[in-house]
Amino acid sequence: MFIKPRMRLAPDNTTFKFMNGRIAGLVVSALLSTASIILFFTPGLNLGIDFSGGIVMEVRTDGPADFQKIRGALAEEHIPDQGVQRFGDDSTVLIRLPTQPTEAGTEIAVSRVRSALESSIHGVKIVRVDAVGASVSSELFRNGLLALLISLLMILAYIWFRFEWQFAVGAVVTLVLDVTKAIGFLALTRIEFDLVMVAAILTILGYSTNDKVVVYDRVRENLRKYKVMPLRDLIDLSINETLNRTLGTSMTVFLASLPLALFGGASISGFAMVMLFGIVVGTSSSIFIAAPILLFLGEKRLRRDTVAVEVPESGAARQP
Amino acid sequence: MYFSRLKAAAILGVCLLGLLVSLPNVLPAPASWVPWRTVHLGLDLKGGSYLLMEVDMTAVVKERLDSLVDGVRQALRPGGIFYQTLEAQLEQNRVLLRLRDPTKTDAARTVLAPLVQRDGPNNAADMDIAATADGTITLTLSPVALNARASAAVQQSIEIVRRRIDETGVVDPQITRQGANRIVVQLPGIEDPNRIKELLGKTAHMTFRLVDETANANAGSTAPPGVEFLQMQEERGGKIAVRKRVDVDGGDLTDARAGTNGQTGEWVVNFKFNSNGARRFADITRANVNHRFAIILDDKVISAPNIREPITGGSGQISGGFTANSANDLAVLLRAGALPAPLTVVEERTIGPELGADSIRAGAISLLAGFLLVIAFMAFFYGLFGWFANLCLIVNLVLMLALMSMLEATLTLPGMAGILLTLGMAVDANILINERIREEQRRGRPPLAALEHGFQRAYATIFDSNAATFLSHVMLFVFGSGPVKGFAVTITIGIATSMFTAWMLTRLLVSQWYVSVRPRLLPV
Repeated sequence: MFIKPRMRLAPDNTTFKFMNGRIAGLVVSALLSTASIILFFTPGLNLGIDFSGGIVMEVRTDGPADFQKIRGALAEEHIPDQGVQRFGDDSTVLIRLPTQPTEAGTEIAVSRVRSALESSIHGVKIVRVDAVGASVSSELFRNGLLALLISLLMILAYIWFRFEWQFAVGAVVTLVLDVTKAIGFLALTRIEFDLVMVAAILTILGYSTNDKVVVYDRVRENLRKYKVMPLRDLIDLSINETLNRTLGTSMTVFLASLPLALFGGASISGFAMVMLFGIVVGTSSSIFIAAPILLFLGEKRLRRDTVAVEVPESGAARQP
Repeated sequence: MYFSRLKAAAILGVCLLGLLVSLPNVLPAPASWVPWRTVHLGLDLKGGSYLLMEVDMTAVVKERLDSLVDGVRQALRPGGIFYQTLEAQLEQNRVLLRLRDPTKTDAARTVLAPLVQRDGPNNAADMDIAATADGTITLTLSPVALNARASAAVQQSIEIVRRRIDETGVVDPQITRQGANRIVVQLPGIEDPNRIKELLGKTAHMTFRLVDETANANAGSTAPPGVEFLQMQEERGGKIAVRKRVDVDGGDLTDARAGTNGQTGEWVVNFKFNSNGARRFADITRANVNHRFAIILDDKVISAPNIREPITGGSGQISGGFTANSANDLAVLLRAGALPAPLTVVEERTIGPELGADSIRAGAISLLAGFLLVIAFMAFFYGLFGWFANLCLIVNLVLMLALMSMLEATLTLPGMAGILLTLGMAVDANILINERIREEQRRGRPPLAALEHGFQRAYATIFDSNAATFLSHVMLFVFGSGPVKGFAVTITIGIATSMFTAWMLTRLLVSQWYVSVRPRLLPV
């Protein structure tokens, strides 16, 4: 353990024929992404107040919360019962109010709930207030979407610049598929979709890109090294050569995120769950989606030379 | 793999410097002159209140148009030019004027011309006067001038907000501008921002005007020209007829303090005018003894006392059924000055210190657990080379802390998650290097050559894979807000420091080890 490695994640010199599973990989991915898109429309995402607008108040009481009493106190303020829920433990209660008709109304509603609780329940503590007006929430949503789109474009441009367009398109199509699956996961698990989730999705994007670039980098290197090897075998070889690294890195990121999901507390554990899901998706998509797309796009076109000219279709590149 | 002494010393120097710079986070400042920069805890960790306020821009435009209407009225009066309609049209940013006698259009234009001001950028006119043959004249405000005015209003609001908050004794408030018309107010340690929201919710524009004793405000009639009916502030108070003309403005106040009236024991606000205000106040009170004048705050009449004798000293007293608190609040508002436009809270996030402490604890436990898991993994799967990576990981953490302290960055709960993820990703560079060296060795290269080639080849991959991640997180920083920004900051800093540790420090450690041991086979 101190000098010699104890174990390997995968043996050296594996010769898995990953590209044999390319159709299966793409079909499974397409199915999952389609299902995710359906989930996105019904039942849809569980939007947090960052994006839906409204008010959330987290309240702590001495000992177990008396829901009857809290609901009673809030009924006078015309807050429906379902807006009052248990949160985390017995003495913590979450109160939700919908978006108020005017921006100024939000402020008034917060102070009314506050005084209603403080006057009727002894020892109550309001530990968190989040109030987001309608105009702000739509702006936050737009900015989140914009960040996602621009990130994708920059990744596209960067890979195009450093590799070839086939690599860039392969990576970005795969990333889009990854993101749709993460959104499907959010819709399925009903984890609240808020600003932190945008951060989670962008992190998955970053991680997944990182993983694809490593495989692509090896493909690029092997393209120069083995001038006559068919692209299909070449991609298989590249994936096998980087397999230990791919598994190793996904393991460390997974291990780093795991404690967050377990002990991170209510607000951050959702983030960590999405991360864990994203790591699995991002790692497998490098092998089963990004690589096959590269194979389809590049089979006849990818240059087999370090010279920066396209090899014509009838050229040496097509030799079996 | 060769490091000159200088280069090796520089690498170690950076690490030591990082350690030094991150020390302030755990030690108290030795003296006030020592620069003691630390990482700030975000409001979500230390508790406090975040308010996003919007400046009501239509109010700014409306005020400008109203004063323009006033200006038009006064300009036309001496020349005997009469009009059918004179109105401010808020939607079109203009004042519309229809003359009774269309032949006087040119004369009207001449007297209105001096209203145009040229104080904007490039000396451009702040409005455009257009006339048609049927005697319709429009004065349209230029968008550039309006924007400049709006921007000035936001800037002035920030100043007033700061003064008002300073009066409340909040420690370390942060007031910053966001976008075109928003102000972010961060109040550390404030659990219940209600009082502050109330203080900021008032424009506190105070005016002193004469009461029109001939008009009856309660009969439901319409107000005569130049007079308006305003609500009295007291609970059961009715309306009162007040002249529109402002005799003295609250802007001329120099001081206001809450106190009690010696005779009645009632709470009052004592105020002082500057010389201009004092002179005008003296003139008005001298000319109107035994008439009433009204003290008006935000279109509500606080009180309308009778003028018993001229007040020439430039100071006075407002009474109006105050409590100790309300008198104090009014004094604060008057001292701080009026907001140029109303502010509305469009987003509020308040975290109690209790919840913040919970988050810190949860974050710290996760951080420690994740750190140990990654270290164990690397040791188990990469042996000695894993320990090199682990040492780099620790240095990486120190360097991250150092950079964040230097930038005085804010650590939020998502930021802590970011640190953890960075730890996971930082070892990726080491994994790439280790795997590459192993591969080179298995191809039959001797140890030194395997190391050389391993580092060389891994470097290109590390660069490309990190650059792509870096770009997507810069986007998150640009478009994210609040705690999410904190997340992007930690990850981008983490990527930068991990590039350094992987490429420089790991190589230095490995080369020193190689030189002292000279192994025949690398244990990767």
